[in-house]
Amino acid sequence: MSARNLPPVYNKIAQHAVFPEMNHDERARYNFLANLNKHLAHVSQGNKVAFENRVAPNFEKEHGRKITSTAELKEAISKDAHYQVWSSLRRSTMEMRQQAGRSIVLRQAEELRDKVKALNAGKDSLVLDDSVEVPAYLLACDNHIMPGSYHTELIEEDVTPAANYDTGLFVTTAGLLGRYSDGGGKAIVSWVKKTYPDFNPKRILDIGCGMGHNVLPIAKAFPDAEVIGIDTGAPMLRYAHARAMDLGITNVKFMQMDAAKTSFEDESFDWVQSTMFFHETGGKSIYRIMDEVYRVLRPGGLTLHIEQPQYTDDMSLFEKFIRDWDALYNNEPYWSKMHDIEPIELMESSGFKKEDFMQIGAKAENDLADGSETADEPEDHGRSPIWNVFGAIKN
Amino acid sequence: MEEKLDYIKLASNKPKGKRPYFHDDPAVERVLNITMAIAGELAVMRERMDSIERLLEKKGVVTREDIETFVPETKEQEEQRQTWHAEYIGRVLRIVQQEQEELENPDKDLEEIANDINEM
Repeated sequence: MSARNLPPVYNKIAQHAVFPEMNHDERARYNFLANLNKHLAHVSQGNKVAFENRVAPNFEKEHGRKITSTAELKEAISKDAHYQVWSSLRRSTMEMRQQAGRSIVLRQAEELRDKVKALNAGKDSLVLDDSVEVPAYLLACDNHIMPGSYHTELIEEDVTPAANYDTGLFVTTAGLLGRYSDGGGKAIVSWVKKTYPDFNPKRILDIGCGMGHNVLPIAKAFPDAEVIGIDTGAPMLRYAHARAMDLGITNVKFMQMDAAKTSFEDESFDWVQSTMFFHETGGKSIYRIMDEVYRVLRPGGLTLHIEQPQYTDDMSLFEKFIRDWDALYNNEPYWSKMHDIEPIELMESSGFKKEDFMQIGAKAENDLADGSETADEPEDHGRSPIWNVFGAIKN
Repeated sequence: MEEKLDYIKLASNKPKGKRPYFHDDPAVERVLNITMAIAGELAVMRERMDSIERLLEKKGVVTREDIETFVPETKEQEEQRQTWHAEYIGRVLRIVQQEQEELENPDKDLEEIANDINEM
């Protein structure tokens, strides 16, 4: 048995009709990158040691006092050789992952588009609206350092942003989200079924659904419900719809809409869900989106939002700093601001009541776990599928 | 007919948002990135060799001599080999391409963008 939990080989990933064709070397490249990600999670542990043994003592010697803010910590640690090499290797690994994914999907862009088109043809469950603008917060930088982000179309009716995303999530998370990368959606379904066994939602909305990987387990768990996934990225929605069709899940409608201004009627959903969405929005939009969640949710309805772990008062400066790394260097900049907002205040500002607020921890359900993962692994901050879920019942 | 994408160049594009450099000298960052890409390709090659060796062992059809003396036999094989090299170099020299793209089209840094976004 290995002393480390090895990532699953890439060929374990689930195939579907619109999954890109991949050759031997492309799979091998992803195997290398998944292993490199795992390896760097271990290298990351050295940052804490470097901070405690080298960076903090040097600062104290120089200034006659302790480091008091993450800004000071950042300046001090950025001169440390271990932090420098870990950071540059991590950035490089993510760039290589994007390069690898894009070289797979761009060489077959037309074929992917045509496969998606064939599956989507004649279906009214894909509703695109080219009057929907990509929100400014998504245009400011390319999230996850994906060149072109979720919305850019290099050819007519392009789906490559979604196809690239679909191939690579398994690599970045070293397979911990499962074969369909749906470990988040599955975890929320299990929690809801366990906590509210009588909850029988008729209409469910998933905001910022992307390629639909987390909404499909919800649709599958509530097959009689009308499920709607919205996103502003047309390439994501085209791909999401075709993927759902091929996987035999037909009760999801994918619609191009901005979550801050949907066209749904007041109080028309029993459940409004988001998964790893809010940290990719903006400081004003987040409030507008929560207002919209409140508006479309019926009284007695449930809303839940899976997010990165919140920062707490007892969290060390070092941990706050290292958790922010992905925000600035893997282009998820709003995360560096969002953790200053208390979810309870965000929800209250939209009308949810304090006493109805809830917050739980969640961990991805992984259909690849086979019991061989026995090593005690370090948490890879910003990557490990260990989340904070906040929400409320609207009363 | 739609023009084919230059997927080799596009695959190595830089993302929007200024690239962070962590070493005191950006040259170190550049060389490290190139080196890691080569490390990756060596791993890919190793995995391919592993597949080949296992298949050869299983089927017993090719000798070492066959491999040593092989050269491309058709125009198509020649082009496949050269395309592989072009892709390979595009991949390994990604950072040089991205620095050039940044030079041509400078970006804001992420803290500035975070502040912008906070107002959006």
